[in-house]
Amino acid sequence: MSVDLGMPGVWAPKGAAQTSGHGAHPADPLRWGPTFPEAAAEALGDRQLRRNLARATSTIRGKRAAVVGEVTDWEELRDAGRAIKTRVMAELPELLLQLEEQVTARGGTVHWARDAAEANRIVADLVKATGETEVVKVKSMATQEIGLNEALAEEGIEAVETDLAELIVQLAGDMPSHILVPAIHRSRAEIREIFLARMDDVPRELSDAPAELAEAARLHLRRTFLRAKVAISGANFAVAETGTLAVVESEGNGRMCLTLPETLITVMGIEKLVPTWRDLEVFLQLLPRSSTGERMNPYTSMWTGVTKGDGPQAFHLVLLDNGRTRALADDVGRAALHCIRCSACLNVCPVYERVGGHAYGSVYPGPIGAILTPQLTGAAGHGDPGSSLPYASTLCGACYDVCPVKIDIPALLVDLRARQVDGDRRRILPGAWDVAMRGASWAMSSAKRFAPAARSARLGRLLARDGKIRSVPFPGSLWTRSRDLPAPPEETFRDWWSRTRGDGDEA
Amino acid sequence: MRIALLATCIGEAMFPRAPRATVELLERLGHEVVYPQGQACCGQMHVNTGYFTEALPVIRNHVEAFEPVLDGAWDAVVVPSGSCTGSIRHQQAMVASRLGDEALATRAARVADRTYELSELLVDVLGTVDVGAYFPHRVTLHPTCHSLRMIRVGDRPQRLLRAVEDLELVDLPSAETCCGFGGTFSLKNAPTSTAMLEDKVAAIRSTGAEVVTAGDYSCLMHIGGGLSREGAGVTTMHLAEILASTRETPAAVGGAW
Repeated sequence: MSVDLGMPGVWAPKGAAQTSGHGAHPADPLRWGPTFPEAAAEALGDRQLRRNLARATSTIRGKRAAVVGEVTDWEELRDAGRAIKTRVMAELPELLLQLEEQVTARGGTVHWARDAAEANRIVADLVKATGETEVVKVKSMATQEIGLNEALAEEGIEAVETDLAELIVQLAGDMPSHILVPAIHRSRAEIREIFLARMDDVPRELSDAPAELAEAARLHLRRTFLRAKVAISGANFAVAETGTLAVVESEGNGRMCLTLPETLITVMGIEKLVPTWRDLEVFLQLLPRSSTGERMNPYTSMWTGVTKGDGPQAFHLVLLDNGRTRALADDVGRAALHCIRCSACLNVCPVYERVGGHAYGSVYPGPIGAILTPQLTGAAGHGDPGSSLPYASTLCGACYDVCPVKIDIPALLVDLRARQVDGDRRRILPGAWDVAMRGASWAMSSAKRFAPAARSARLGRLLARDGKIRSVPFPGSLWTRSRDLPAPPEETFRDWWSRTRGDGDEA
Repeated sequence: MRIALLATCIGEAMFPRAPRATVELLERLGHEVVYPQGQACCGQMHVNTGYFTEALPVIRNHVEAFEPVLDGAWDAVVVPSGSCTGSIRHQQAMVASRLGDEALATRAARVADRTYELSELLVDVLGTVDVGAYFPHRVTLHPTCHSLRMIRVGDRPQRLLRAVEDLELVDLPSAETCCGFGGTFSLKNAPTSTAMLEDKVAAIRSTGAEVVTAGDYSCLMHIGGGLSREGAGVTTMHLAEILASTRETPAAVGGAW
């Protein structure tokens, strides 16, 4: 089979704006492209993308709201989810050792990877040891995060994505733009074009009907499944108490990968733990309803080490740090590690809905990406595009309301903004925002200074026509390019009060 | 009751009609309103932009100005803004604590406990839903993100509006979606902010309302900016302005703000 893997050239159908702003696969899947404001401004120009995203996210928002509304103890479940994850973060070293012990006792092998390079090296060596040059993959954010497919390709190993949307992204030589639906930025027509161009066994009369597209992918993948000797997965959960790994999915491709091959390699972020088997009860209720908007996902696969004569006879677990202990060290930021990758926050985010996932320049887009990515990479300062991510939000709070583990994303965004600002304090020359904010702090921390400052707004009346101001110089032009400003009032509130009620505090 | 008013910095300088209407409304209901002269700003802009160090003196000034509420000088503090109330309740003490001023954090939290957004004060503290207002116009409500999701005012604004004589309240499509303001987001990410605003303005226009109201003039400045630029002929008015309007002194409607 000659699937066009890892080849240069990003699929960009004619007429479609290039929304990703990156070339082929970026060297760092957590840090590519320009800053968020630049990438977002470019993405906004793609009207088709905005329509696609608006339709897709509003559909999934509605599904989620309906199934969450059925659960009478949803808030208690969220509290439980948060409590369990808080405990996991507090006891992470002990729980990880317990997991290693349990996995090992049941015939698996545990590997520890400090960063992407180490994890990729471990996986490549494990695959090479089997003598195979082709692996099948279960959809996994951890392996996207470390750029595993590209690393394997460099070693002459072909990794085939078997999740439908992930396959579309892979065939297109693209990057994912959503945690759950990585090809959400693609229309049906584009997917048909990608299949026709990049899938060797596709029927030439393929239409863009979803059922036909899915069937084409199913037939394409079937032969690969039956042939594959090695599979690579991520994990939704790992139970420290038993050493059990769990993958939750919709299509059944994951089940095929987890059961048919001889060797299974799982790459898992160290935060994916739950302490006990019983804890799964909470997350298996929270995740599908938040993620796909289903009461229960169609396939939940769990495995514990190796079972003789049943399933893969070799099991390797690669525990990935890659910046997680850095996040864990921050008393506020560590809450981002509670994330179970449901993507509900993306679907409700008004910013994500308009600019799409590629604008975030990371495999983790949307609100969770804006708090997770800069922590994983340690982004700090103006030279790093990731440092613009905490500002990619209006702090509207829709993400916090839907988060199944109650991550207070707006509060974390504000905290990360403060860290960016503080990181920049070492600069010799302050930026324009620094100067403005210092001046405003001086003026707004005393009524004696604020009263005349407020009064001086009256000068703006000189610019007004018919009660509005249509244009002011930079930086006010950032506002007036698209929005009018009201003419400031003739009299401040304080002056009105003095005139009508007198000066004293006591009315 | 004796109620101290935080006019808010934007109310002070740009939209004095909102704090004025708050004063007129509460006085009409038989309460005494006090304007603590030391007040300036709650610090929200600095906090939300990440300038905690610069926010600290602003927060300290606010706490000092409103601390007499703890000694019984006033019964409560009212704020005609959901986002300022949210910052007072959820950010002031956090910032003081982060910067090591635990004493200020404690004082800020205690003042916050006595601070209410306007619709909260009316419904929860004063127990009033029908404030005797008269406003013969077709109105739609933008519930605002921080009122909804930070301080959770719920349907208090709707209940107050439904009790207004001759007011026709029409539902706003996608009402709970952000207008795109986000404070400095509107400048740092102006194109994205504008894309969100376009959708909000379109939703407002689809209602055929003469007036769009909200409990926060920062959102209304943004929404009004979009309505004005499009020449939509819809007026933005703070909830307080509608509730202050009576048969004797009806509020005027016209212009974007």
